[in-house]
Amino acid sequence: MFNEVIRLKWFGPSIVIFLVLFILPSFIPRFYTYILALIYVTSLLAMSLNLVVGHGGMFQFHHGVFYGVGAYTVALMLTKTSLPMWTGFIAGPIVAAIIGFIIGWFCVRLTRLYFGMLQISLGSLIWAIVLRWYSFTGGDDGIHGVPIAPFLSSLNSSYYFILIVLVICLIVMYLILKSPFGNTLQAIRDNPQRCEAIGINVRRHQLIAIVIATFFGGLAGVLFVVLERSVFTDMLFWVLSLEIFIMCLLGGWFTFVGPIFGAAIIVALRTFVSIFTEYWTLILGVILILIIFFLPEGVMGYFQEIFKPRTKETVKEGTK
Amino acid sequence: MDFSAFSSQFLVGLSRAMILFVVCAGLSFVLGVLRVPNIAHGSLYMIGAFATFTLSKLIGGSAGFWIALILAPLLVALISLIAERALFCHLYQREHLMLLLFTFALMLIIGDLVKIVWGAEYRSVSAPPLLKGTVSLFGASLPRYNLFLIIIGPLVAIALWLFTNKTKIGKISRAAAVDREMVGVLGINVSWVFAVAFVIGCYLAGVGGALITPTVSITLGMDHSLIIEAFLIVIIGGLGNMWGALVGSLIFGVTQSLGVLIWPQFTIVFPYVAVVVVLLLRPKGLLKAVW
Repeated sequence: MFNEVIRLKWFGPSIVIFLVLFILPSFIPRFYTYILALIYVTSLLAMSLNLVVGHGGMFQFHHGVFYGVGAYTVALMLTKTSLPMWTGFIAGPIVAAIIGFIIGWFCVRLTRLYFGMLQISLGSLIWAIVLRWYSFTGGDDGIHGVPIAPFLSSLNSSYYFILIVLVICLIVMYLILKSPFGNTLQAIRDNPQRCEAIGINVRRHQLIAIVIATFFGGLAGVLFVVLERSVFTDMLFWVLSLEIFIMCLLGGWFTFVGPIFGAAIIVALRTFVSIFTEYWTLILGVILILIIFFLPEGVMGYFQEIFKPRTKETVKEGTK
Repeated sequence: MDFSAFSSQFLVGLSRAMILFVVCAGLSFVLGVLRVPNIAHGSLYMIGAFATFTLSKLIGGSAGFWIALILAPLLVALISLIAERALFCHLYQREHLMLLLFTFALMLIIGDLVKIVWGAEYRSVSAPPLLKGTVSLFGASLPRYNLFLIIIGPLVAIALWLFTNKTKIGKISRAAAVDREMVGVLGINVSWVFAVAFVIGCYLAGVGGALITPTVSITLGMDHSLIIEAFLIVIIGGLGNMWGALVGSLIFGVTQSLGVLIWPQFTIVFPYVAVVVVLLLRPKGLLKAVW
């Protein structure tokens, strides 16, 4: 009953927001359309990370690798082979999920910081191979001019494609988190020992969560190729991974839509601050410190905290 | 593969491992006592390198490098003390990831501040006259400066061991690493213990940055490449264990330089492979972690 109320309460506004975003490209300059599309891609990436970080409680420190693997897979398939485009789109997330399975299989034996560090070393291994294998991946030049089918080649069409994929992914992720599996995952985050005691296979659940998250991470990489038509090795570097991690913390890692806000804030900051000054990371650092001191639950967490008392009151009134 | 090429690569790797050790011992010390992976550690190392460049140029002469070698790490320690007392010390009660996030923010800020102060050009420092030239060792010729590094590494290890085991503040900080509540109960100001540990760790980062200047070109981005290596070393050695940092540095430095002989194109892959192998065999590091 309560769940349905929430669903109803958020359903209307979400539809309105979606429709507004859908018609927006007709009214705003190309540059802003591009920034919005970039925010969607980054949002999907941050949301996929938050599946394991915020909801799974694992220190997935090198999520950028799966983003990069997804992007490199589709870019290599489209430039080196003559397979149709959609096979690349499917292969990207799947290859990312396979790599995610392999890395995750090693990582879930460890916990917390050790987990994160083993992942960084395994991920850096992939980064180093991609960086050095010039003949196959183009090394630090990356791959440019990936051929995308004509119907996706204009900015507006790729904008719509990215938006629709993002919405579908959000719905799927929401359903996963509300499923028994999602509940179990959050229980494992809160108390792994107790979960193990009541007979839950903690590692298997964590591994499945990693595979799901890396699948969506790879999908974000594919969308990045659709938008930019190029890939580069910085996508697999650990700095990007930490940046995504920060998007989750910034937006509110215990909330569902928080990472979207985190991604939007960071992408917008980078774009607009770097217009005025080349020292945008300085500004980002200062803002981060302000948020750590004044908004410890993240931006979304802060809003939830504000709105919480009111919803509790309305629930009470309803039951009277 | 002839023996002289092998021994020369091995010795170069050893000298690089010593610099890694100095930096990682500091990181490991902070991690052990404060339980915070200090991402800004690499940035402090970068400040140490740039400050050595400026100071040795400012003072000039043959003594310039030596004075810079002493003053630059002290400058780094001062910066870390300010950052710790002004901001970091208010966060100790908070969620662990928030501390990590704070050090990341510090890394971003320091990175840009270094860019503002020193600019984006490549800088280099030449070794002092005493350490110029090469010596021949095991049939290989090794730059004298690298030999100096190989000697200085163990000296730092001994000094650090004496500090943590023989001085009062060192013993307190080891106790705080194991059980910080109990140390507080005994009437010791834990906040100041943390400050001292943080500053000493950062001082070592500065020492590492100062020591590396004659061997590489000093540039922005040297923090990024170092910090991840340092983390991995600390993890494979055992968190907070100084000898573990030494073992980890040796593994990392030597596999990297010997990798050049085996497969030059994929040199940077070898240390990561070594780390993966170690973590798979001994997930909690080679030596005992303090927590």
